[in-house]
Amino acid sequence: MDFANYDPAGANRSREIISAKIVIAGGFGVGKTTLVGAISEIQPLTTEALMTAAGVGIDDPSKVPGKETTTVAMDFGRITMADDLILYLFGTPGQTRFWFMWDEIIRGAVGAAVLVDTRRITDAFAPLDYFENRNLPYVVALNRFDGAPEYEPGEVREALAIPADVPLVMCDARQRDSVKQVLVTVVEHAMLRLQAEHGFAAPVG
Amino acid sequence: MEPRRDPRGALVRPYAVTRGRTEPLQNIALEAVLSCTATQCAEARFAGHDKYRIATVCEGRAQSLAEIAAYTRMPLGVTRVLVADLVAEGLLTLHTAAPATGFAARMNLLGRVLSGLREL
Ligand SMILES: Nc1nc2c(ncn2[C@@H]2O[C@H](COP(=O)(O)OP(=O)(O)OP(=O)(O)O)[C@@H](O)[C@H]2O)c(=O)[nH]1
Ligand SMILES: [Mg+2]
Repeated sequence: MDFANYDPAGANRSREIISAKIVIAGGFGVGKTTLVGAISEIQPLTTEALMTAAGVGIDDPSKVPGKETTTVAMDFGRITMADDLILYLFGTPGQTRFWFMWDEIIRGAVGAAVLVDTRRITDAFAPLDYFENRNLPYVVALNRFDGAPEYEPGEVREALAIPADVPLVMCDARQRDSVKQVLVTVVEHAMLRLQAEHGFAAPVG
Repeated sequence: MEPRRDPRGALVRPYAVTRGRTEPLQNIALEAVLSCTATQCAEARFAGHDKYRIATVCEGRAQSLAEIAAYTRMPLGVTRVLVADLVAEGLLTLHTAAPATGFAARMNLLGRVLSGLREL
């Protein structure tokens, strides 16, 4: 036994655990829960927040006297990477009117993947606008459903006016390897952004 | 517990478990993890039914605020109030969410998450 590290009170002491999160965003039914479930070590869980039916305010009844209330559900998964590191994947609520909840979900996130269903491309405008106006690194993932039109990524980029510096990847939300690649792209992009903000030159290409 | 009538309406009822308090002592992040030891959990038995349920969820396995809300089936806001109380009472240990500032710390975290993903 290494006595330098011997800690008789160790059973009562816990090591600091760091948690990080990546946000899976997108409109209604684009495959967010499917994507989270494909890689999470737990079945995606759901947690509910209370808010007014109008989608404003949250959880604090003192601020919303007499308003009708509704619950917003968000689901999430977990990947335990080490004893002291956990990655959470949070899906945004499908109804994009709950922007307030999106703000809470993205706070402190590593980055986000915006899922786009190639059969309903225009549904992606609202989520993409949301991220264009936030300072969070994001990538766009085209979730190609069976029977969907075969767009070239370039066509989609143009149609949705996705900025050149935002990565665009194809994915199948049901496939673990494909989902893994999407998440890797998010983190790599976040690292490049962070380096650029701190004066490191971005690689040419 | 009989939910009291309140002019503020239906939204108040879920907060009966916090005796109407809606502001958490601290604003814990969704993904911040909490844990408790067997000793803390045993003490939480005297903190009330809902707080004890939360402690049992976190005993031996760190859980995020979001997981605690999901497993206890309590709304997020209510859970946050109770969890913040437990932390203040020393019955739950709050771990840091990802460091949001500092270039080196942030790069180190991103690097660890990246290799964690690649190893999956
Ligand atoms: N073919 C195909 N089907 C998919 C894919 N991703 C999701 N689906 C299916 O599409 C449906 C909707 O997927 P969900 O994961 O529930 O979508 P969501 O974005 O979580 O939906 P909301 O939370 O309601 O907004 C489900 O029936 C999935 O099985 C995909 O990549 N390919
Ligand atoms: Mg869903």
